[in-house]
Amino acid sequence: MTAALDRIEAAGAVDSPLARRLAALDLPKGGFTAAARADAADRLALAGLPHARDEYWRYTPPHALNAEKAEPLPVPEGPQDAPLFEGVGQLRLVFVDGRFDAGASDPLALEGVELDVLSRADSQADHWAGEIYGALETAGQNPVRRPHAILNTLAAPDGVLIRVTGKPARPIHLVYRRSDAGADVYLRHVLRVEPGAELTLLETGMIGARSNVVIEADVAETGRLHHIAAKRGGEPKTGIGHIFARVGANALFKSFELVVDGRMMRNESVIDIVGDDSVAHVASAVLGDGADGRFHHDNTVFITHGAERCESRQVFKKVLRNGATGVFQGKILVKPGAQKTDGYQISQSLLLDGDSQFLAKPELEIYADDVKCSHGSTTGALDETALFYLRSRGVPQARAVVLLVLSFLADALEEVEDDDLRARISERLEAWLIQRAQDSEA
Amino acid sequence: MLEIKNLHAELEEGGKKILKGVDLTVPAGQVHAIMGPNGSGKSTLAYVLSGRDGYEVTEGSASLEGEDLLEQEPEERAAAGLFLAFQYPVEIPGVGNLTFLRTAVNAQRKARGEEELSSGDFLKLVREKAKSLKIDADMLKRPVNVGFSGGEKKRNEILQMAMLEPRMAILDETDSGLDVDAMRLVSEGVNALRAPDRAFLVITHYQRLLDHIKPDVVHIMAEGRIVKSGGPELALEVERNGYGDLLAEVG
Repeated sequence: MTAALDRIEAAGAVDSPLARRLAALDLPKGGFTAAARADAADRLALAGLPHARDEYWRYTPPHALNAEKAEPLPVPEGPQDAPLFEGVGQLRLVFVDGRFDAGASDPLALEGVELDVLSRADSQADHWAGEIYGALETAGQNPVRRPHAILNTLAAPDGVLIRVTGKPARPIHLVYRRSDAGADVYLRHVLRVEPGAELTLLETGMIGARSNVVIEADVAETGRLHHIAAKRGGEPKTGIGHIFARVGANALFKSFELVVDGRMMRNESVIDIVGDDSVAHVASAVLGDGADGRFHHDNTVFITHGAERCESRQVFKKVLRNGATGVFQGKILVKPGAQKTDGYQISQSLLLDGDSQFLAKPELEIYADDVKCSHGSTTGALDETALFYLRSRGVPQARAVVLLVLSFLADALEEVEDDDLRARISERLEAWLIQRAQDSEA
Repeated sequence: MLEIKNLHAELEEGGKKILKGVDLTVPAGQVHAIMGPNGSGKSTLAYVLSGRDGYEVTEGSASLEGEDLLEQEPEERAAAGLFLAFQYPVEIPGVGNLTFLRTAVNAQRKARGEEELSSGDFLKLVREKAKSLKIDADMLKRPVNVGFSGGEKKRNEILQMAMLEPRMAILDETDSGLDVDAMRLVSEGVNALRAPDRAFLVITHYQRLLDHIKPDVVHIMAEGRIVKSGGPELALEVERNGYGDLLAEVG
């Protein structure tokens, strides 16, 4: 059917789940991405799809992600956009079922930024993004394979290509909407932050019934990238996301994700620190409720220190109830010569009942002798003393729980540098929590 | 105001009996002090009155202005006018002191069917009360009790009391961990709240606090009961002779 499929079949994987999965896809040929896509087909034929026996898939069953088709998910009626960043000066780019919607988006013009969309740009043979597309993903396959990211390189038809050359006055906001209940979405964003440039990238909305999103971000020396994603399930969804970031000297990369509800999600952050004196932070605040079916959220993080005097932070907080499962697999790898590394990792869960579980696998691998690396992981219930303290001041039980949940998540939210954006996220979170408390009372 | 009759309570876990028949009446407008050796049940009495989990009342009653306290949830007792200043105030990272205070004040007003305070009115009130307790703007903004010194935590308790304006305030060893200046500040904060329609129950180990907050009645508690009551001179006697003689005297 396509050259890619032929290559997979030639590699002897004719009747594999992978071949069936690919047969169901309309694979783009690609222009400037053609070579990367062909290479991805070869690599995928070797790698195959993840298996429950794989070391990094022990806690997260891959079958829903591997399945040929997405499980259809009714599209909600009425407006879908989250009000979270309403009123913030921004450039909005709208994707419907993973396809760029020019009519619903702002014009692709922002001072200090070169903007393109993959579906249009990929008719050209040459593009600045050609150096990055598939390259950061490929680098991130070692030492742990990430087959769904390879699949994304092969299959993604659309996404945004952002080259930041200055300091745009507004953040770029990627707004996701759905129209087809069965949409199985592959989305690929490529970012290059040039020296001295700085961008804030926002993401909100529901991508598809099932989604596979890859962000490749190349932050050059002295560049700064702030990434803030707020995904409210509100309804179940299945998805996998990867961020591959390469961080140059004196550069900054910060990624924060807020997740409220959902079904089966895995997010992998693969950060490669290649320049001295740089900073990389990855944080996440997750609210999981297993009441309407299953909730499973997995954060898998791999941070490689390959330069001197760099700082990395991993701050992961999950609030789980009604049989929800949270997974954290986080690794700090300090390469030989990466002296004065300062690496810190904390993963914590707050279990609101006895049915939920948190599985954590922190890892440190250090090959330099003058470094500071630490990790911590805790699982616990609400602090009864704090709950009583609040109630003794007249705060009703349900509201006191909301305050303590916000208190628990605060460290992760602190990773959002911008005061206004952080306050918005915090307020929204509180409103959701209060609403949820009222719903469970009713 | 507060009426406790033959109150018996034990730990839910293990069933250890701690309160063994407490009788105590605190009329409106008065300050009563409870002194007693370690383990006599003073803090347990405070917790049982304010509704902390982990204790079971096996006998007796406690009421606030005629309303049965023991049947109510902690937040209902607070809305009814009961306040407990904690011996060890709890740190709540990530929740601003102002947010906490405003949530508490408005929750109580709502529970009593009163209108919630507007943002502006609340801020005006809290600034005014904070000033007299030497609590600065920074302390109001910081997360509840996080990074506060012992003295700051206790001042923060008194600020909460001033904002919530309880009818009946229980102070559980509010003097512990305070230096002389902090004790004076805290005492002034308490004295400023003394009123004909408000009562205080001050739990302390030391007579020193009672120099600043003058009690009307002093009770001695031992082995889960009030064993002796008297005027302020009783506290001086404890300070001079310890509990030994007193307890021997009451058997």
